[in-house]
Amino acid sequence: MALDNVWVFAEAADGRVKTITLEMLAKAREIADEVSCFYAGAGDDVAETLGEHGASTVFATGDLDDALLGPPVAAAIAAKIAADGAPDLIMFGTTYDGRDVAGRLSAKLGAPVITNVADLIVNGEDVAGVEPVFGGSTNVTTRFKGEAVKIVLVRPKSFAAESAGGSVADVEDLDVPEVGNTGTAKVTARFMEETSGPKLEEAAIVVSGGRGLGEAAKYAMVEQLAKLLKAAPGASRAIVDAGWVPYSYQVGQTGKVVKPTVYLACGISGATQHMVGMKGAKYIIAINKDKEAPIFSIADLGIVGDVHKVMPKLIEALQGR
Amino acid sequence: MRSAQHNSGMHVVVCVKQIPDPAEPGSLDPATKTLKRSGNIILDESDSYGVEMALQLVTSAGGGTVSLVSMAPGGETKGLRTALAMGASDAILVSDPVLNGTDALGTAKVLAAAIARKSPDLVLTATESSDGYTGTVPSQIAELLGLPSVTFARSIEINGQSVNVRRQTESGYDEVTCPLPAVVSVTAGVVEPRYPSFKGIMAAKSKPVEALTVADLGLSADEVGWAGGGQEIVEIAASEAREAGRVVEDEGEGYAEIVNFLENLKVI
Repeated sequence: MALDNVWVFAEAADGRVKTITLEMLAKAREIADEVSCFYAGAGDDVAETLGEHGASTVFATGDLDDALLGPPVAAAIAAKIAADGAPDLIMFGTTYDGRDVAGRLSAKLGAPVITNVADLIVNGEDVAGVEPVFGGSTNVTTRFKGEAVKIVLVRPKSFAAESAGGSVADVEDLDVPEVGNTGTAKVTARFMEETSGPKLEEAAIVVSGGRGLGEAAKYAMVEQLAKLLKAAPGASRAIVDAGWVPYSYQVGQTGKVVKPTVYLACGISGATQHMVGMKGAKYIIAINKDKEAPIFSIADLGIVGDVHKVMPKLIEALQGR
Repeated sequence: MRSAQHNSGMHVVVCVKQIPDPAEPGSLDPATKTLKRSGNIILDESDSYGVEMALQLVTSAGGGTVSLVSMAPGGETKGLRTALAMGASDAILVSDPVLNGTDALGTAKVLAAAIARKSPDLVLTATESSDGYTGTVPSQIAELLGLPSVTFARSIEINGQSVNVRRQTESGYDEVTCPLPAVVSVTAGVVEPRYPSFKGIMAAKSKPVEALTVADLGLSADEVGWAGGGQEIVEIAASEAREAGRVVEDEGEGYAEIVNFLENLKVI
């Protein structure tokens, strides 16, 4: 244990604490004596889970009246620092709201953010983040220097979430400072886009499609295969940008990071932007007609062939089982 | 931020980045530990969506201007010319040797100072650049300018003095409304960026690109570059390589290889 005190920005969806939060808590309690959370909402809703995973205190903002979280949460954290001093490190998950709050807080405090962190190295009071670049082929280690507050944005699936058997965390309600004009962005309605089957980030098998499918209608083969394998369907950025499937299907640097047991890439060449999101899979299978495609350099099984021929036969074989 | 200098219409600033062509393999300079910026420098594709969105919003508003703001240590303009050829009116390029090594917060300080000179109704950015992908610059700019922000926009609609945005979420999207001026980051793929026409390419050559230094913006050199950053790269190392496995040419039985592989893993 090298750090005294680490704060984690906790997030929840549908009443459940997000996995990324629990992953960060596992690392935080490994590197610090005391771990506290900040939560945008009612602290009592999450105190049990966060406590079980090692947080001693939850600092809660209460209801934020549908404001986007960046300005009010950053202001509340900055006020807490002004009143009681800064922790040794503040961890955010690389999520939509995590990035917003981290960016706002960084500008408010003049504090640097180390982003895309897949691992943290603590040496005395020194903190460094390890960031995979170029599709994960190279790791860049970046160290904080100077006296400013240290902020990191952590990539999902970087640490294993695990219960610490802790008791319910204390809840301390925060006064959220008035943020004026910056806080005027409000959510007026929320819409869910359901995907069938297991969630992309949690599925044991992921079947993804890319530009090699040729046209949007052929994505149905990916969905059919996913259904047969009880897998989640995913996509490369190319076909999300082309509008074939919603953004929520996207696997990669800009999309979701997945770590399934099996990742089946269909018609995906393996741009670095895609590989960084899936190379943590235990086994990778790729079907692509270009034998030079980069995806084959990381695939455990590569089929050089036309997805329009291989996939229908694979679907037929699985249906017959 | 709105000022009397504008006559009428919608005034949008788009932040754009000029990056090494991602189609060419990237590498880090071991001496400076920054991304090598040699080779072909182009407009980041992620930014082309913001440029297109801005042009469409100005058209729907019945007129106005789209200005570009960019930062590049070496004075590159090729990517800016692409966006000007698409239809942007003018650009500010902040270029200064002291910018080498500038981190995301330093970048936001420079961009925010340049944006302030334009007093726009709306600032558009990409959600993240395709080379650095920190994803924090839009909200840092907004905080520095004292503006509201909406990140990860799928669609933007101007409604009088406010903007309505469909914001991407983990499970779908939110409808968000916010008063202007505001900073909005645009998700890739939400509009189809136009190809510059021949006429557009010719016109772009004579469109004004104002070159500014860090000092011109009223910032000091120690707020940017290596000196201004609160972080330093200490190591660049190859990660544990994933080995390529078996590669099989499909002669009609490729599917059976996959079935066998899945069977051996006991997942089917």
